[in-house]
Amino acid sequence: MEIPYTSAVHPETGLYNAKGGIWLFLASEVMLFGALFTSYILLRVGATEWPHGSAILNVPLATLNTVVLITSSVTMVMSWASLMMKNFGRYRLYMGLTILLGLTFLVVKSFEYGAKFEHGLFPSTSTFLAIYFTMTGLHGLHVIGGIIVNSYLWGPGRKLWKTDPQRFTNRIEVAGLYWHFVDIVWIFLFPVFYLL
Amino acid sequence: MKITDTARAEEVKRHVRVYISVFVALMALTIITVTISYLHLSVTAAVIVALIIATIKGSLVASYFMHLISERKIIFAVLALTVIFFIGMMFLPLLGHSDTVTYKYVP
Repeated sequence: MEIPYTSAVHPETGLYNAKGGIWLFLASEVMLFGALFTSYILLRVGATEWPHGSAILNVPLATLNTVVLITSSVTMVMSWASLMMKNFGRYRLYMGLTILLGLTFLVVKSFEYGAKFEHGLFPSTSTFLAIYFTMTGLHGLHVIGGIIVNSYLWGPGRKLWKTDPQRFTNRIEVAGLYWHFVDIVWIFLFPVFYLL
Repeated sequence: MKITDTARAEEVKRHVRVYISVFVALMALTIITVTISYLHLSVTAAVIVALIIATIKGSLVASYFMHLISERKIIFAVLALTVIFFIGMMFLPLLGHSDTVTYKYVP
């Protein structure tokens, strides 16, 4: 039996099912990261001293990563827009760029982590570093997850465009919604850890 | 069918121009928030300014890249519920803070 409402709109919700699904998932993700942000507040308020992020972390590298991730959000939405304009070649280009920018983010982040470890700064070193590694690590895992899905849609998954272009376009929109969410999380992580 | 496809493509072209403007705004806000962090404001002022800028940036991404500005009601219903729970969760540290244990000595 065919899966219902993959490209057609469900009469009850006014959405194709995958879009309703991804928004419910993102709502649960808000609570996941929200719980960690609450923990951060609790730890910071309860601490006798709390370092300014820039004293321990590398602000220029994190600013570069912010630019990289925001740019990747633009290329992601452009890949969807390209499909809406029936330009598959452009889609491949923009999605390829999104994947490369995601990988760039991870490379920069791994340099940051590496520099911390070299200086003997580990999650066990301080409360600040514990919550920093937990939250940026979880965010990094989300970036890895997004890259895997995007790579599938750029590579083998692209065959769907030939048989069901609408459903494929919807998949890109859903993958995009997730990717933009990951971008928003970083938009909050960046000032909270590096600038305050 | 052909006409709706063309109309949709035209609409998407308009969207693309908006995406570029949003991108420029996000870059400008990133530069602003980093610059302000070097001004060494008081912690309270710095937290307020940084969170306001981050909220504007997040709203821009959600509104335009995630198309929330023109989404269906049901998504807003899901998000409204999420916001309520999220705010509730943000107040948990405050509850913990005010709920200090006090002892009364009874001989």
